[in-house]
Amino acid sequence: MSGLPTNYLTPTGREEAWRFTPLKRLNGMHDSATSVIDRISIELVGSVRTGFNIETVSATELPPKSTTEDVIIQRVRATASKVTHLKIDKEAIVSEPIFLKRSAGVEKEFSRTVVTAGAHSKATVVVENEGAGSIGEEIEIRLEAGANLTFISLQEWNENAIHLGRHHAIVGRDANFNSITITVGGSLVRLLPTVEYSDQGGSAELLGLYFATDGQHLEHRVHVEHGIPNGKSRVTYKGILAGAQARTVWIGDVFIRGNAEGTDTYELNKNLLLTDGARADSVPNLEIETGQIVGAGHASTTGRFDDEQLFYLMSRGIPMSEARRLVIRGFFGEIVNKIGIESVEERLMNRIDSQLAKVGGQ
Amino acid sequence: MSQLVIKGLQVGVETDSGMTEILRGVDLTINSGEVHAIMGPNGSGKSTLAYSIAGHPKYTITGGSVTLDGVDVLEMSVDERAKAGLFLAMQYPVEVPGVSVANFLRTAATALRGEAPKVRTWVGEVKEAMSKLAMDPAFSERSVNEGFSGGEKKRHEILQMELLKPKIAILDETDSGLDVDALRIVSEGVNRVKQEQNLGIMLITHYTRILRYIKPDFVHVFAGGKIVEEGGPELAERLEEKGYAQYVKA
Ligand SMILES: Nc1ncnc2c1ncn2[C@@H]1O[C@H](COP(=O)(O)OP(=O)(O)OP(=O)(O)O)[C@@H](O)[C@H]1O
Ligand SMILES: [Mg+2]
Repeated sequence: MSGLPTNYLTPTGREEAWRFTPLKRLNGMHDSATSVIDRISIELVGSVRTGFNIETVSATELPPKSTTEDVIIQRVRATASKVTHLKIDKEAIVSEPIFLKRSAGVEKEFSRTVVTAGAHSKATVVVENEGAGSIGEEIEIRLEAGANLTFISLQEWNENAIHLGRHHAIVGRDANFNSITITVGGSLVRLLPTVEYSDQGGSAELLGLYFATDGQHLEHRVHVEHGIPNGKSRVTYKGILAGAQARTVWIGDVFIRGNAEGTDTYELNKNLLLTDGARADSVPNLEIETGQIVGAGHASTTGRFDDEQLFYLMSRGIPMSEARRLVIRGFFGEIVNKIGIESVEERLMNRIDSQLAKVGGQ
Repeated sequence: MSQLVIKGLQVGVETDSGMTEILRGVDLTINSGEVHAIMGPNGSGKSTLAYSIAGHPKYTITGGSVTLDGVDVLEMSVDERAKAGLFLAMQYPVEVPGVSVANFLRTAATALRGEAPKVRTWVGEVKEAMSKLAMDPAFSERSVNEGFSGGEKKRHEILQMELLKPKIAILDETDSGLDVDALRIVSEGVNRVKQEQNLGIMLITHYTRILRYIKPDFVHVFAGGKIVEEGGPELAERLEEKGYAQYVKA
């Protein structure tokens, strides 16, 4: 696909989709002239069990089903010659979570993954992103009829990592997509958690949490496309910023097309600023082209500590520093505790604690 | 034996148009074992008095003093006041998302006692206190006050009082929003702590019905930011009958 014009493939920063992203810090990943290698970066932790399978297939065999306007993801698609395919069998109930570990190499790299949740299957997939590296990647998650999939993406990168990703769910008839996106690491993370529906009755819950300290730019661009009747979506993203150079961006595009009658959607973004100078951009954007819906709403708040909460806790004898810690842990816990995998929850809370300790809990 | 002494207390709030005066010289002394009912019209400053004693940052003390056993309370931080033995059951308890009741209670008890309570006895203690207040043990795992009904929030306040064992408690409309059964259960809880701890109580209310369970030794009429009349239990009955008209027109 090198036929695409070069200027089209290199954002300038003036585009709506790129105006929040510090392109200089992308290590050239956005530049079509930069060479990026084609490398599979994801692997299964442990071995294959009953109910699912994982294989590497050629990209031509498993082309994307969705379209994307994101120029980096377009390059990912043009570059990746192979695709990792995690396939959950039809009607399989996989009780233990399936862990996929992603680790980057030393070069800039692009890769594609497809997760297929077979009809009426039930499973939890956890993607653990760790270490350093510069990665562009796409995971397309296909839920067949009645499938129930929990998809957890953990960005626990070290401080140098650059991660540009799209995690796109295609929700089939009466299928249930639950996702939890947690971003605590990385120098620059720009994720596109997106959802579309391929049939009626599908539902999607997108939970997210990001914690930025000095020098981190963490960007999440949620997009839920209701183009089919009777779809449901719930989006809840929470962020904490500590450090004057901490930076987060949250975009919540929810589109209800003219034919998407019976849509039920709500999106919420809450940011807690612990330090002066930290900047959280929050842009909920709900566009409704039909009046025949069940409900649609959005809310966004960005603020400092709630004095009433601190007062309440302190009035019970809890010192200020401890009260703040409780409120912060509570703020995180609301999302983290939804993971339901104790070892992962604990690891994340510990990481958050130690990051907080570094910035002095302020 | 403890004594809370409020003398000439003046309190204001900072507004866009400068300082608004709310309390205009409150004098009140509460001893251990005493129940002082405070009754007065909406907006007269009852909650302001309660919050000011507890140290809410919204209020500015412009005059007067508050001491507990001779020690200046107004100099203390909010948590120090609790450690000194003060407790405020709030009119509108605050929701703290993501912080479980169990974690909250344990953290508070640890702070107040100076060491973490022994896990086994503590769990039993909490369970027992909850069952006495007819609270479902499942509340332990819920976020503090989040999604609690009005009555559940009030029970939760009294639960904390039972566990944290203050010397002086201020109950700000703890009876509002309680049904008859809950009112009895909550009142019994208050009386239990009073008996066990020889608790001194400032009980802010609009209704005499709670005073049938928690017998006041003194009734104070609060209007226009100060106490305008004092008497015994009979004063409460008279107020319920006649209202506050004679106090507010002044
Ligand atoms: N931030 C503020 N700005 C202006 N006025 C305020 C502010 N906070 C409180 N007040 C005013 O202070 C007065 C006393 O309020 P307070 O809550 O103490 O009354 P109260 O006696 O507890 O009333 P109620 O019986 O309704 O609970 C009210 O008139 C209230 O509007
Ligand atoms: Mg009040």
